[in-house]
Formats: sequence, C-alpha cells, structure tokens
Amino acid sequence: MTTTPVSPPAGNGLREAHVHRSQWTDVWLAFRNHTGAVAGMVVFSIVALAVLAGPWLHDVDPQYLDIRVKNQGPSLAHPMGTDNLGRDMFAQVLAGGRISLAVGVTAMLLSLVVGTVVGVLAGYYHRLDGPLMRTTDLFLALPLLPLLLVIIMLFRDTLRTAFGPETGIFLLIVFVIGITSWMQTARIVRGDVLAIKEREFVTAAHSTGTRERRIITRHVLPNVLSPILVSATLGIANAIITESALSFLGLGFPPDFPTWGRLLFDGVNFMTITPARVIWPGLAISLTVLSVNYIGDGLRDALDPRLRGA
Amino acid sequence: MLRKTGVITAAVATAMLSAGALAQRGSAGHLNILYWQAASTVNPYLSGGTKDIEAGSMVLDPLVHYDENGNMVPVLVEEIPTVENGGVASDLRSITYRIRKDVQWSDGTPLTAHDVVFSGEYCLHPDAGCNAASYFTDVTGFEALDDHTVKISFGVAKPFPYGPFVGSTSPIIQKAQFADCMGARAQECTEQNFGPIGTGPFKVDEFRANDVITFSANERYREADKPAFATATFKGGGDAASAARAVLETGEFDYAWNLQVEPEVLAQMAAAGKGKASTAFGTWVERLIVNQTNDDTGLGADKRSLHLDGANPHPFLSDPAVRRALSLAIDRQILVDAGYGVAGQPTCNILPAPAVYVSAANNECLTQNVDEANRILDEAGWIRGDDGVRAKDGVRISILYQTSTNSVRQGTQALVKQMWEQIGVETELRNIDAAVFFGGDPASPDTYNKFYADIQMYTNNFDGTDPESYMANWACSEIPGPENQWLGNNIQRQCVAEYDDLVAQMSQTAVLEERAALAKRMNDIIVQNHYMIPLIWRGSVIAYANTLKGVRQNPWDSGLWNVADWHR
Repeated sequence: MTTTPVSPPAGNGLREAHVHRSQWTDVWLAFRNHTGAVAGMVVFSIVALAVLAGPWLHDVDPQYLDIRVKNQGPSLAHPMGTDNLGRDMFAQVLAGGRISLAVGVTAMLLSLVVGTVVGVLAGYYHRLDGPLMRTTDLFLALPLLPLLLVIIMLFRDTLRTAFGPETGIFLLIVFVIGITSWMQTARIVRGDVLAIKEREFVTAAHSTGTRERRIITRHVLPNVLSPILVSATLGIANAIITESALSFLGLGFPPDFPTWGRLLFDGVNFMTITPARVIWPGLAISLTVLSVNYIGDGLRDALDPRLRGA
Repeated sequence: MLRKTGVITAAVATAMLSAGALAQRGSAGHLNILYWQAASTVNPYLSGGTKDIEAGSMVLDPLVHYDENGNMVPVLVEEIPTVENGGVASDLRSITYRIRKDVQWSDGTPLTAHDVVFSGEYCLHPDAGCNAASYFTDVTGFEALDDHTVKISFGVAKPFPYGPFVGSTSPIIQKAQFADCMGARAQECTEQNFGPIGTGPFKVDEFRANDVITFSANERYREADKPAFATATFKGGGDAASAARAVLETGEFDYAWNLQVEPEVLAQMAAAGKGKASTAFGTWVERLIVNQTNDDTGLGADKRSLHLDGANPHPFLSDPAVRRALSLAIDRQILVDAGYGVAGQPTCNILPAPAVYVSAANNECLTQNVDEANRILDEAGWIRGDDGVRAKDGVRISILYQTSTNSVRQGTQALVKQMWEQIGVETELRNIDAAVFFGGDPASPDTYNKFYADIQMYTNNFDGTDPESYMANWACSEIPGPENQWLGNNIQRQCVAEYDDLVAQMSQTAVLEERAALAKRMNDIIVQNHYMIPLIWRGSVIAYANTLKGVRQNPWDSGLWNVADWHR
C-alpha cells in the first residue's frame, strides 16, 4: 500500500475556486482565530529559528571547556552563564535544541507514517483488522524501557561503525522512539476509518467503481487528517521527552553531545548554585512542547467543519 | 509511711535512671543511615559490593578490625597474634587466635572457635561463590584447638597472615544458623543471608532486598552500655547528590556514604549547617585503564578485547609512546578542581597509600606537558592528518573512552577529551549506567570486565593495609576472558613476565621493607608503562549529622566499623 502524502482534495477546489474559498483557506482562517494556536505557532517558530540560526548569532563552541569561568551567572559573553566546567550555556541550549527538535520531528514523522498506515489498513480492510490490531496490542504490551535497552545494546555498535557515533546513535534513537510510539495513532485512525467507510460518500464512490486506493487517498485519508495531525503534534512532544529520559539513563547520545534532556539532567545538582542551568533547557522543553500542543489543538478545531462553522 | 518511702525511693531511682540514661543502651533513639546503593544481602560473603559488606558490619563482627589509622584492633579475640607473642608460627605457616570468652550471639548462645572454623569452610567451599575468597589465599585448613582457640594454616609461609577474618569483608557467621547453607546452597538460604545472627551491636528486624533494612539493638552485645541507639534504619536508593542533601541540607538522615559530588555542590549543601562532610584518604585511585587488546567492533566475540596470549594487540594503544603521551597531556590538577576539591589529589601511582608502599619515582605526570607529549608522538611517527588527528600506517588515534554514569565522571571525561585534542587525539565519550557497567553480567557487552572500548575510567582500591593481593590482580593469569567468565582482575590485559615474577616473590617475602620495595616496583611497572594511567587519589567522602557523635571515618574498613560507639 502506498502512503501518498495527504494533499488537499484538489478536484473540488479547482472547479469551485472562482466561486468559493478553498478548504485550506477556511482552515487557515479558523486557525487564525484560535489565539492559543497562533501564539503557539509564533513561539515554536521563534524557538526553531533561534535553534537553526543559533550558530550564526552566537558562535561559541558549546563543547569548549574553560574551567576558569565555571559556574558564572549571565554576562555579555555568556548570556545564560556557564556550567561547572565552564561551557557556555547559551551555546549548549542552542546546540541541544537542534538535536532535540531534530529527534522530535523525525521520530514523530516515523511514528506517524507507521501509525497511519497500520490504522487505515486495519480500519478499511476487515481481514487485516485482526492481525494488525493484535500487533498493535503486542507493541502496547511491550515494556518500553527493557525493549529500548535491548535494541540499543544490540544495534549500537553496528550503527556506530556504519554511520559514526553521532549519526549512528541519532538514527538509532529516532528509530527506537518512532517504533515504540505509533500505536496510539494507529488505534485512533482505525476507529475513525471504521466510521467513515460506512458513510454515504464512500458508498457512492464504491458504486461509481472508484478503485480502493483512490477511495482511501481521496475520501478516507482527508477525513482522518485531524486526528493524525493532532497525534503528530503530541508525538513531537513525546519524542523530545523520551529522548530526555534516554539521555538521563545514559543510553542516549554521548555525554558531550548536548540535548535539552541531558542539559537538564546535568544541571539538577547545580540547581541552587546556577539556576540558569535548569531554567533555560527546562523552559525550552516546556515552551516547545506547549506550543506544539497548542498548534495541534488549533489544527484540530480548524479541521473540524462543524466547529469551523463552514 | 513505709509504703510512702518506697514510692519516693522508686521515684528517685527512676529519676536517677533517666539522668544516667545517656550512657544506656538504646537511649539515643533511632539512627537513620542512607546508602545510595541499596543493600541486596546482609551476608558479606555473598555481597555484590561495599554497600552489602557495610550493611553486614552492623550485625556481624570479624575477629579483627582496622581502625581509622590502618592499625589492627582486636574485636572478638583477646589480642592480635604476632610472631613475638607466639600467635604466629615462626615458620609463618599458621596463625592462632584466642577467642574472647564473653561474647554471645544475639540468640544467646556463646561464640566458639567452631563458628570461626565454620565461617572459613563456608567461604572456601568451591561452589559457594564466596566474595571474600581472596582473603583466604593459601589457606589450607582451619582447626579448633579448643572451644576458644582457632588455628589457621597456610600452604606457604605467609609473611602477612592477617587475611582471614580481618576486616568487615570476612566476618564470623554462626555455625548453627548457616550449617545447611554450605556450597551451592549458599545463595538459596535467603532467610539466613537476609537476617544473619551476629555478635555485632545490631540485629536485623526486617530486610527488604534493594530497599531498606531495619535493625534494633542487640541486647546481648558484649559491651553493656552499647549501642546507644535502640533502632536503626539502613535505607538504600537515590544518588550521591540526593544522599548528601538528605544529611547536610534537609537533615532527614544521620549518615551517608561515598558522596562523589562536585565540591561546590557539597560545600553549598554543607552551608545549610545540618551536618558536616568529611574526607579520608585510603587507597582509592581514579584511573584510566588502557586496553592492551584489540576491541574493534568488527571482531567477533571470540576475539574482541581478548588477550589470546598476546596475539591480539591493540592497534595503537600497544605503542608505549602513545600511552605516555596520553598521560602527559592530562592536567590532573584541573580534574581535581573541577570534580573533587578537597576530596582528591593528583597522583601518578596506582598504590597511593600506606606511605611505606608509595613510590616516588613517577612524579613526571603531575605537571601537564603538552609539548613533550606532542614531541613523543611526532618522534614515534604519529603524524597529524588533515583533520588534526594523528595517524600512522592508516591507523588513527581515535579513542572510545567509557565510564559509569556520574556527573563528576562525565565532567572528567569532557576535560580529558579537550586535553587530548591538543595532542591530536580524537576521543569519543560513552557513559554507561553504573548498575550495568559494574554489574558483571557475562551476557552484557557494556561491563567494565568485557572492556569493549579503548580506555575506561573508574576507581579501584583494596581493603586493609597490605597490598599483596591487590598487586597480584595484574598478573597474566588474571586476564579476563570467557574461560573465567570475565571475572579476572587484570582489566587492562597486561602480561609482563617481570611483573608476574614480582607477584610470586612478594608472596614469599616477610620483611616489610622488602615487601614495600617489591610493591613499589610493581606499581612502577604499571604506571611507567602506562597500562593504567592514574589520575586522582580520591578520598572517601561521608556526611553525618551534627547531632551524631562518635563517627570515626575509616578508609581501611567498613565505614560503620564502630557504629556501636555512635551516640547523640
């Protein structure tokens, strides 16, 4: 089965474009009216931009140790102060954000693709429903941490040899998080697909001889888009937090490879000496997760025609 | 009238009793001890680490303790046997202890020489998996000459015969209780292992594995007014920093141990005024272990990090020049300042104490010398490539450097990585959860025993004051591999014929000065060849509440060795 990226139902839109606004314009207008979602969008954009453009704004090596300036408060040279080994916190937060966001987005995409494919197939084809949903149950029943431990133990060295320590562990972590977080998406999507495939427009499409692949991509997928998008936003947040937990256990990236989760973990003991060490990475995680959740919330409302009032 | 007098007398007596109660057994109430690694047994012979041995030392006594200065003090015996007082045979092949006659087990039965004989046979049973077996090296037999005299015989002349039953690692267990737990059944006797009957100041009330032990005072303890505490809790779990906080800052606990916490964090906690942190220097040395065998990921389990009689050398760490340069490039004082403060000193020796055994020949490494390190590498033909990393014949000096998860160790890793960058050495860091790294599971690739890395870092030490068995750890026969379930102690996999000769010599040398010379020579072989790169002589840091009195921090024995004397 293909997993064609969801595209706007262009057929109807094209024919009626000169009369009506397109569906996506409607969605955008509704989204724009959702204050929380717009605020989330702005915050997320700022975080993403800062993290991506960071090295040009603040070109300090996040790994450079200068033990003479350890545990310093904010200053012009070090806007967020330094840690107990004299590393610049601002540079570390920016570098950590790149990794955390990259992990979050990539792992989310992976779990989204897997979850949607499984959910749609299970919902649409009755004969696949049993096996696929039992597989989902199986994955849900697996104890996550021991599974992660085993996967990392088995494949770390192979990937490290093939892709180098950083890319290797990145691929491994993205894969591990993605493969263990698609189940919720699959269940929600399956439920919606089950309801939609009984609707009149699907029956109508069947009766005009539309092929099943067309029915899925044209009629079913666009209608389950809203739960998919919502679980995508939740997935980013979830992936960032799982990566933090893995780093916390020492299973994530190497210790000199900052991520927000690791910065937070390393800073805990120094909370009372240099509070900046936990405030900034903590704030970055909270803001990102919160803004992404608000975006998801706004998208869900905007994508629901009844709430949109269109 | 008579009756009234009686009442008054009783009242006076009660008042006097409570006034004198400070010196009474159980008068100080409850003692809270926090070990951030929880105890998994109370039987030191089956221990998984120091935490179990120290938990056991609340209940079980050895014949002889080391005090805080490393001197031996008699515990269950009348005096320390020596050649002079006839306790040690003149051919050094046996030692005879006279057991105190006034000692009772907590169940009321008397302690006899048969219990001592039993304890030895229990540990020496080949199927017992006894953790203290190295304390019984060369022992050929135990014999109860009478109810209160026990003779331990050795197969060779034993210049330092104070191995068995000296120190908390090898205490006396009760024959009546453990009689059915010999050999392979040792591990199955959970009731006995979790609640041994002892002669110590406390007895176990409840044991919850890997969580908490509750103790109450042993009312048959040999000193009538001790222990001062009626009950005690031995709580496990958490990490070093939270344990330090619980004693120093919040005052929830009275005593915490092994606090490897950054100095500024500890100082700030101590400023709260609830307790104090104290350091004692024993034989702990934080060191880099330099793998002498090839750990390449491409090798199979039948070759990777295996010695194979020297047929599997490391691609670049087998070059002495590289090892020396790595050591010279490190500024140990910076490592101390960043992670240890007063709890650490730079060192160039694996054997840092007692003073008589300390070699003075290795002070080169105390000063960082990057230029010299670079010169050595240039001379040895390791040339910097375009990426700044040195290489020779296609082999790049790229090091995988692993250690356990602990923020001080990760700090040290980061600092060392930067220092090595200056000499054109590339370093990849890895940290592994301490439970896995030190867990010793033969199935895990991440244990320090397997050593699937180029360099690893941890601390090692020895109990007591005699380094003979410690130095014997690095003989060729101790190299870990599948044939010994990776339990060998020669983690760096060095094999030096001269070293093995010295080990054999030391086991037959009685004179202290000669023993010291041998130990120094062995230390020099290791550190001058840089098979291990010593970094920091670490003090052990404990914290105890201001209200807790009588703590005598002891780097040579269990930290709880004198818990009977503790009071408020």
